[in-house]
Amino acid sequence: MSENGHGVKFWPGNIVVAEAAVAAGCNFFAGYPITPSSEIAHQMSLLLPRGGGHFVQMEDELGAMGAVIGASLAGAKALTATSGPGMSLKLENLGFGYMVEAPCVVVNVMRGGPSTGLPTHPSQSDLMQARWGTHGDHPTIALAPAFHQEIFLETIRAFNLAEQFRMPVILLIDEVLGHLSEGVVPPERDAYEIVERAHDSGEPDKFLPYDVTAGDIPPFRPYFDGATWHTTGLNHDETGFPTTDAKHIQQDMYRHYRKVLGNRDVIDKVEYYMADDAEIGIVSFGSTARAAMAAVKQAREQGVKVGLLRPVTVWPFPKDQVYEFGRDKKYLIVPEFNLGQMVYEVERAVHFDRPIKRVNKVGGVPIYPSEILAAIEEVA
Amino acid sequence: MSVDYMPYVREEKLPHMWCPGCGIGVVMKSMIKAFEDLEWEPEDTAVISGIGCTSRLPGYMKVNTLHTTHGRAISFATGIKMHRSDKHVVVISGDGDASAIGGNHLIHAARRNIDLTVIVNNNHIYGMTGGQYSPTTPLGAKASTAPYGNLEPAFDLVKLLIGAGATFVARGHVGNGRQLASFIRKAFAHKGFSFVEVVSNCHTQFGRRNKMADPMNMVNWISDRAVSQKKWENMSAADQEKHFPVGVMFEDTEQAEYCERYEKLIAKLREEQPA
Repeated sequence: MSENGHGVKFWPGNIVVAEAAVAAGCNFFAGYPITPSSEIAHQMSLLLPRGGGHFVQMEDELGAMGAVIGASLAGAKALTATSGPGMSLKLENLGFGYMVEAPCVVVNVMRGGPSTGLPTHPSQSDLMQARWGTHGDHPTIALAPAFHQEIFLETIRAFNLAEQFRMPVILLIDEVLGHLSEGVVPPERDAYEIVERAHDSGEPDKFLPYDVTAGDIPPFRPYFDGATWHTTGLNHDETGFPTTDAKHIQQDMYRHYRKVLGNRDVIDKVEYYMADDAEIGIVSFGSTARAAMAAVKQAREQGVKVGLLRPVTVWPFPKDQVYEFGRDKKYLIVPEFNLGQMVYEVERAVHFDRPIKRVNKVGGVPIYPSEILAAIEEVA
Repeated sequence: MSVDYMPYVREEKLPHMWCPGCGIGVVMKSMIKAFEDLEWEPEDTAVISGIGCTSRLPGYMKVNTLHTTHGRAISFATGIKMHRSDKHVVVISGDGDASAIGGNHLIHAARRNIDLTVIVNNNHIYGMTGGQYSPTTPLGAKASTAPYGNLEPAFDLVKLLIGAGATFVARGHVGNGRQLASFIRKAFAHKGFSFVEVVSNCHTQFGRRNKMADPMNMVNWISDRAVSQKKWENMSAADQEKHFPVGVMFEDTEQAEYCERYEKLIAKLREEQPA
């Protein structure tokens, strides 16, 4: 279909997210208006009722996150979308989602901050918030696609990972990607996999909501499915009821980490560009990686051996891949559209053993390829 | 008729964590009476709560239960109800949980007329956190954060909810369990957003600071002030100050319920554009 162009859609990134969510089986959306993410809500309000799903515009961001987790526990595949200030508000209930192990997807279309910051102008300054925003220890899965085709596929992957590992998954894009229109070929249904959370099929009255005897991911049973079960944001045992047993809690918190760190083969994703013989390495994600690719190409034309590693899964950070990529480079460059966040992870990944040049920018105007090229020329 | 409470109780979770004489027990008993009366099956029922003493109630109830974050129970319940509008969803909350930190969800769920029942155990105080004044602490009453007496006027939750658009609003109190159970049953049976305020006792945190440390003193303080709405309307302004009206204060059975509206939309879109 795509060969003759009929299958190509020219969509803004936000619309791609919504269309891909529905393609992934999403049947519930709760949100609150905030620029630059609102088009996701617009499109979900249009699409969901057509397929029997439900959309609700909640009274605030906290409520949207709550509704999404509630729907998920009732069995829905649920999505919410927001931007920096709204993400800050969602964080408490996001933590609840980690604690009760409710699969859901949270999109953050990043804009400048802190506070109200820079509405409708992009940034990549919520990278660390995605990892460490809510209080307490927990693992994070966050995906940061850079191209619209990739946004489609990574949105589907976000739902699949949420279902597989029973946890919220964050999709990080920014205003550049959210509002930029680009060609997308929505894949045919048989071209991608849809993962459903593992369901408990035992006797309803014997159901334990956090039974991990068979593995780190407890089989799920939605509310109203024959059983009566309890869960809470308090640390709980296999019954879902609170416990203060230190040993159990520590084991359980490690189990949460294991769900992610023990499955990196499924979760990790990095892309390389002209990296094979590179002597200078760039590590960059999302929309900034697009500028980095242009800079790499231009530098290559000048004979500079430079290549790019682009984390698509940004959390857990692909430290081993960055180590392998970076360990023999004479210089690493980390362009990011903030005042320096991912660079800390890159430094750690290469054991603080490589010279690193930062390229940072804030203020709403994206990093230009020329600025990255200048950095390449400086260290070449 | 005797009520068999145990099918709705998680017996293994007893004894409960509430203080002896706490009003919440009366609320729980009234809820179970209503469940049994309406023949709500435990597996078809969900009770959702936020944070606080009252919000520990779902843990003792053998239905689907969710103990959420402070103030946010109604939002979680909204997601559950929208996805499974064929099931029964009830929110139980304290006065601080529902009308301070969760006030926004309370008024908007009422406005939406979604078929949830929200029961607020109004004991005029933050109990679990140590007796701080809440939005329903009476003017002048003492609290751990109002050692000289509360300087803030209290919410009238019934007026608040009627103003917000709730289609069923009732007020009962823990001094009259039979009457309270009938209000809760009516609220459960109502199609649309229903709200029941239960004027309740926290003798430990409120009573102790306000010369009612004995539970019965505080329950009597409540019972003595409770009058029917009709009686209250005929009182002088000065007498009204010393009392509060109980009863089904507002009921509108005409307005369409939110999930019904949504399901109608889905059916209409399906008709126009079959899958």
